[in-house]
Amino acid sequence: MTVDIRRSDLSALLGFAERQLYVYKRYWVWEVVWLFYSIVSVLSIGFLASGLDTIGAGGAGFDLHRAQLYLLIGALLWGYLSLVFMEAAYAIAWERWEGTIEYTFMAPVRRVTHLMGICLFAIGYGLARTFIVLLAAIAIFDIDFSHANVAGALFVLVASIAPLIGLAILTSVLPLLSPQKGEQMSFAVQGFMLLVSGVYYPLTVLPAPLQLAGAISPLTYALAGMRRSLLEGAGVGEQLPTAGLLLAMGIVLVPAGIAVFGWAERRAKRLGLLKRSG
Amino acid sequence: MRVPAIEIQGVRKAFRRREREAGAPWWHRGWKDKVALHELDLVVEQGGVTGILGPNGSGKSTLIRILGTLLTPDAGAARVFGWDVVTEALEVRRHVNRVSVEAAFFKELSPWENMVYAARLYGGAGNGTRRRVVEILTQLGLARDVIDQPMKQLSRGQQQKVAIARSFLTAPSLLLMDEPTTGLDPRSKKEVQSVLETLRAERHITVLLCTHDMDEAAALCERVLMMDGGHVLADGSPAALCRAHGGATLEGVFMHLTGKTLEAEEEPAEVST
Repeated sequence: MTVDIRRSDLSALLGFAERQLYVYKRYWVWEVVWLFYSIVSVLSIGFLASGLDTIGAGGAGFDLHRAQLYLLIGALLWGYLSLVFMEAAYAIAWERWEGTIEYTFMAPVRRVTHLMGICLFAIGYGLARTFIVLLAAIAIFDIDFSHANVAGALFVLVASIAPLIGLAILTSVLPLLSPQKGEQMSFAVQGFMLLVSGVYYPLTVLPAPLQLAGAISPLTYALAGMRRSLLEGAGVGEQLPTAGLLLAMGIVLVPAGIAVFGWAERRAKRLGLLKRSG
Repeated sequence: MRVPAIEIQGVRKAFRRREREAGAPWWHRGWKDKVALHELDLVVEQGGVTGILGPNGSGKSTLIRILGTLLTPDAGAARVFGWDVVTEALEVRRHVNRVSVEAAFFKELSPWENMVYAARLYGGAGNGTRRRVVEILTQLGLARDVIDQPMKQLSRGQQQKVAIARSFLTAPSLLLMDEPTTGLDPRSKKEVQSVLETLRAERHITVLLCTHDMDEAAALCERVLMMDGGHVLADGSPAALCRAHGGATLEGVFMHLTGKTLEAEEEPAEVST
């Protein structure tokens, strides 16, 4: 029985990922447009650092390469994180547009499998797209990776997957709670995460209440950890506390996300929201 | 003794919606309940086609969605092959599939891509899936080249046939058909009905067919329930209903029972959040 359940879960997990792949193949022109948008967004952030130096805002001790890398890490990671959030949030909204939401929710698939399938595909796709954007950034800017410890950065990146899945599942609840306003609410959540997670600036520049919000965002630790590895060369050993913290956050956020999604699904079934028109 | 395919005891469902009284200011809106299903008791034994007849708003789709685990009843219990639709939803879903009035597909994907997705969700995808899909679609009279075209390029009749094919690919024991022929042109409608007859004869499967097409019900169903306003008004074979209510057709029986025709009424609006 356990083997059967595992096999059917794996089959469904593959089904969700494969379906997304088919959808992306059909909408490949959109994906090219989004990729172009991601590349120009990241490049413009890189040029922002150059601009600071040119207009004299950098000051005497301004290190252009360091500033550029600092901002580019933020831009690249934010591009990746926001894509995963968007994919997870659209997992429900998209099914509603297509009219498949009832079919998917009637399938004999545990919700955890459904959500993991969507999130894992989003993470894989997000990483692939971010890698292409990174190559474009390397080609344009003279990025100095001489102090970088890539293994340390990858270690933090992998550790950040668990809390990221938890946050993505929590975000995907919003369109289930409110078919008409849920997507917009997920954009608002994304915007708030951008504000408080230290994507483009250190948390210390924020007012105290926002610093507090930033302190409980796993993205803050993922970004800080990766910057430590790429700018200061922190290795795997030095990143153990950060990775441990990220995993601990994941251990809390993933079950919490699944529990909240379960509550939202029960509510949707009670109110009759599990249908295409909402 | 075999477990009934469907066993419903005292199931009731109402939807809440916010309404403004005539003449009240725009911010003054109160919640109102619209009952979609009054206390319903129903037993459907395994096998055969049972028709649920009624106009829009009669509670047919609400019943189908409760049995499909998409809605929870406010009161009562509903069981499918002995499993409770609320507490044992996963078990229920393993045995149920649905064909709805709108073919629910990813329209940019092909029938093959949609069907392999369904097969994976139901744990049935493997090496022989492509062969089975082609086999079922051919049996339904769809050309081979249709299998790899985007769904949006197919006619509604073809899409509905793919929906039926998809449901049979997952080998359900209970097939919920929610107005599968509504909106189809006469030829497609006839084709889909003929597919249903063929597949029903070939498989041991329980079909619950919701329709407001009385001729379709008379032709396909061994048993018919007539519903209106969330109540079951009559229950029996088409011939027995006509005999008991002195109607030559099921349409006549419905008019005799309700004093109205099967003109479309609005479905109860569900809550907007």
